[in-house]
Amino acid sequence: MWCDPLDEGALRALVPRVLAGLVRRGEDFDAAEDALQEALIEALRVWPDRPPEDLRAWLTTVATRRLVDARRSEAARHRREDAVLAEPPAASDRASAADAGDDTLFLLFCCCHPELSPASQVALTLRAVGGLATREIADAFFVPEATMAQRISRAKRTLRGRRFDRPGDLAVVLRVLYLVYSAGHAGRVDLAAEAIRLARQLTLATPEPEARGLLALMLLHHARLPARFDADGRIVPLDRQDRTRWDTREIAEGVRVLQSALAVQTDERPPGRYQVEAAIAALHDDAQTAAGTDWPQVLAWYDDLVALSDDPVRQDPAAVLARAVVVGHVHGGAAGLRETERLRDVLGDRHRWHAARAHLHELDGDPAAAADAYEEASRRATSVAERDHLIRQAARTRAARA
Amino acid sequence: MPKYLLLKHYRGGPEPYRPFPPMDQWAPEDVEAHMAFQRHVQELLRENGEYVDAQALTPAQTWVRYGGPEAAPVTTDGPLPETSDLVAGWFMIDVDSHERALELAAYISSEPGPDGEPMYEWIGVREVMSGAPEPD
Repeated sequence: MWCDPLDEGALRALVPRVLAGLVRRGEDFDAAEDALQEALIEALRVWPDRPPEDLRAWLTTVATRRLVDARRSEAARHRREDAVLAEPPAASDRASAADAGDDTLFLLFCCCHPELSPASQVALTLRAVGGLATREIADAFFVPEATMAQRISRAKRTLRGRRFDRPGDLAVVLRVLYLVYSAGHAGRVDLAAEAIRLARQLTLATPEPEARGLLALMLLHHARLPARFDADGRIVPLDRQDRTRWDTREIAEGVRVLQSALAVQTDERPPGRYQVEAAIAALHDDAQTAAGTDWPQVLAWYDDLVALSDDPVRQDPAAVLARAVVVGHVHGGAAGLRETERLRDVLGDRHRWHAARAHLHELDGDPAAAADAYEEASRRATSVAERDHLIRQAARTRAARA
Repeated sequence: MPKYLLLKHYRGGPEPYRPFPPMDQWAPEDVEAHMAFQRHVQELLRENGEYVDAQALTPAQTWVRYGGPEAAPVTTDGPLPETSDLVAGWFMIDVDSHERALELAAYISSEPGPDGEPMYEWIGVREVMSGAPEPD
């Protein structure tokens, strides 16, 4: 297959494959990643004039040469030149036999090593698997480039000397990809699209239904993004969105992916949380109007979601809160408000708890209480867009009362 | 990952846990040690990949407001210039959790004062609003 050697997408798709190949044959993750970055810079210089036939082999060869150089200079520093001058172990090239999906999964397990903090897992995944530049990752999280560079190199140092001969923790990988997705609604780099791309690759590498559940969840949420903000950047809540702006192609793909995941689940092995959340998202996406939402069906899925935790109030309060809102739609605002009471100790100082109660007071036909709760929520909001939205809601319900 | 401002104050905040004299009355080596600690905190945050910004402010504070059409801005030193809160500077950090922000603030508060004793200074911790909300 011919592809433009400098096509960014093609180049980025090669990064995890080359890196996985190097690490699999025993190179240190840290050193291999540095060497590959240098090889990429070299590629940008050389390829426009002399594009190689096999891009991946070229990158692997140049990165290997860099690794040898690095070992040489380190050896020189230690005055032990003769000890380490041997060429790196001959490439058994197990990597070339493995397909791209295996490489991606292998690297995700490296980057989402449980010893790393979530921030480091996210940064390393975007760099090593996503192929993003440190500058881009720093921009996405609004931190100085030096801070992100340090975070990445610390993470790589932590991995130094680790052996990656056992499968990693897929649950951690899924959580990291979801973190990337959630961050993607902010910065200048489209991390949401990047997370979807990585999740799609992951589903090619593992039959685990939860990986498909996560991809479906992202697609079914992402489909609504065009309607989520108005032209002035104001939040438009779900019940007021212009549903003709939802991306029907993404919804169709999300539903298809979700169905393929749910199809392999059984009573003994019920669907995990990403599949359940995706099912809820699918029900919202399926409704032509807000009033047409199948709330009883949504509630049934929330019952399943809450049942996944032994102690949902402490372990998954966000799900209990979201369920309380749905209870309000099915059984009335007062019933929903009662459900929120048991979260008071856990979420009582968070804006989401007050915002949910405000919405339930509205359903209960009590705009005065709703306005007070929206005002409480706005004072606790942690993002500018949410604070502004909550203040507008407070003003709107206050005016409705008058 | 949330960002926090860790605020140091010239005055204001809760009753000091351990009152100390102004810095100009400290032994020169204690002043040096104190300043070295501030640099060390910056280094530590950079090392950890948690650093966003650090600044110090001069103590002079002027309040200013629009004076009305065609009028000059109106300024004042404030209602109670001797007792109101006065921010001295900050560290802005980008961390995994609120708990981590408190941990770092407590560490900053352990900065050495006279005789190298910890100052137990109150540090104001404020979360920075993010640019955009989480997915709904």
